Amino acid sequence: MSDSGGDIREIIFETLRSSLPRPVELSEQTHIVDDLGLDSVAVMDFVMEIEDRLDISVPLDKIAEIETLGDLLAVLRDLKAHV
Amino acid sequence: MTLFAKYAALAAQYSRLEETGANPFNVAFETVLSPTEAIIGGRTTLLLGTNNYLGLTYDPAVIAKSVEATELSGTGTTGSRIANGSYDGHRGLERALADFYGRRHGMVFSTGYQANLGILSALAGKDDHLILDADSHASIYDGSRLGHAQVTRFRHNSPEDLANRLRRLKDTPGEKIIVVEGIYSMLGDTAPLREFAAVKREYGGYLVVDEAHSLGVLGATGRGLAEEAGVEEDVDFIVGTFSKSLGGVGGFCVADIDGFDILRVVSRPYMFTASLPPGVIAATLEALHQLRLRPGLRYQLNANARRLYDGLAGLGFTVGPEPSPVVSTVMPDPDTAFAFWSRLLAAGLYTNVSLPPATPKGLALLRCSVSAAHSPAQLDHAIALFAAAGREMGLIPPVDAPAWGERDLAAAK
Repeated sequence: MSDSGGDIREIIFETLRSSLPRPVELSEQTHIVDDLGLDSVAVMDFVMEIEDRLDISVPLDKIAEIETLGDLLAVLRDLKAHV
Repeated sequence: MTLFAKYAALAAQYSRLEETGANPFNVAFETVLSPTEAIIGGRTTLLLGTNNYLGLTYDPAVIAKSVEATELSGTGTTGSRIANGSYDGHRGLERALADFYGRRHGMVFSTGYQANLGILSALAGKDDHLILDADSHASIYDGSRLGHAQVTRFRHNSPEDLANRLRRLKDTPGEKIIVVEGIYSMLGDTAPLREFAAVKREYGGYLVVDEAHSLGVLGATGRGLAEEAGVEEDVDFIVGTFSKSLGGVGGFCVADIDGFDILRVVSRPYMFTASLPPGVIAATLEALHQLRLRPGLRYQLNANARRLYDGLAGLGFTVGPEPSPVVSTVMPDPDTAFAFWSRLLAAGLYTNVSLPPATPKGLALLRCSVSAAHSPAQLDHAIALFAAAGREMGLIPPVDAPAWGERDLAAAK
């Protein structure tokens, strides 16, 4: 079974909900640093959880370009499609 | 103030610290008295946060060599090795480092930071892959960014996750370069290097180990974790610094690989910066000699590290996973770390505050580093100051209730 875009979105939201200290409304427009208050290392750690679940590695230059959850979704979809 | 608007949040935090009159990121030593004491704010202060592991900064032989070289060859080289030439000392120190590590090649950089920048950016080309331990030092991250390689990180100290990353890259062209550290500078934990070496053997690739905090600390002859773990043959490049156990400034890389010297004309942090002054080179060479000559310094350092680690753990502080010359206690939050730090400083003890994102897992740390030059009495005094401040602030159990803490402390003495 391959992960469709919807599945990957659900994985992102699920992973975030379980790691954030308080519940936050999440959407593809959610800004990772401004809205979620994650610092650079926390973002990389959170991406690591998702990498495990999708069995992919996201290069750091790609992570650096990500601002919103929608950006992250696009990067993950792209990487997953090329596995 | 639009130029610095992007730093507004940080600037607010920084000025709040300045206003308290005790900013751990802006400490001035009025006079340094010895490897373990300085005058801060008019008061003689015990230094427990200077990474001066072997206490060689005031070693008479080291100072004599430095003075002699400065008088003979001047205060600075006023240029870079490739544009303005090498002095005998640069080459001599490179040979001495290669000899110490039993490798054919050595290369000296002007700082430890630049050693990582220079090596990682030059080893990994555009189509190669750098695979970093997630808790790597900023210089490793920055060195990775300076080159054009694909960079991924694996979970700290996890051979399984390293294997996963290498497996995912199995069919991707390009060299795979794994980067880990000997001792991690925030919590003082060591890498499972034997396991990493086994993963490297299974998947192929190159292994770089940064021994900045483990040179002179670990291994039968002080070469670091690779020696201690018995996997030196699996380590392709060792990077390190002169500014900790060797008491100077500068960095290095040693290796056995053919063609190593090409790095001298491709590594920009090596090429486009001034080389180390003769006095620093001569001091480092002599400090390396002392390190080899006096293994007792290493034994004393490790005994001191154990004394502080056991002492603080015994009081009920949460410390790092294993004793090492880096002894960090976990604080509940940054504000408590600042308050605790400033209370210790007011009592005459200098330590460090380390905060995320420099620390792993978002931890606020009160970080100490031990020296071979600390006397048992100095360390016991430091532990007593931790006990008093920790109890006052409610960070550890009060003196009556946890008799176990006192017993452990007594046992450690």
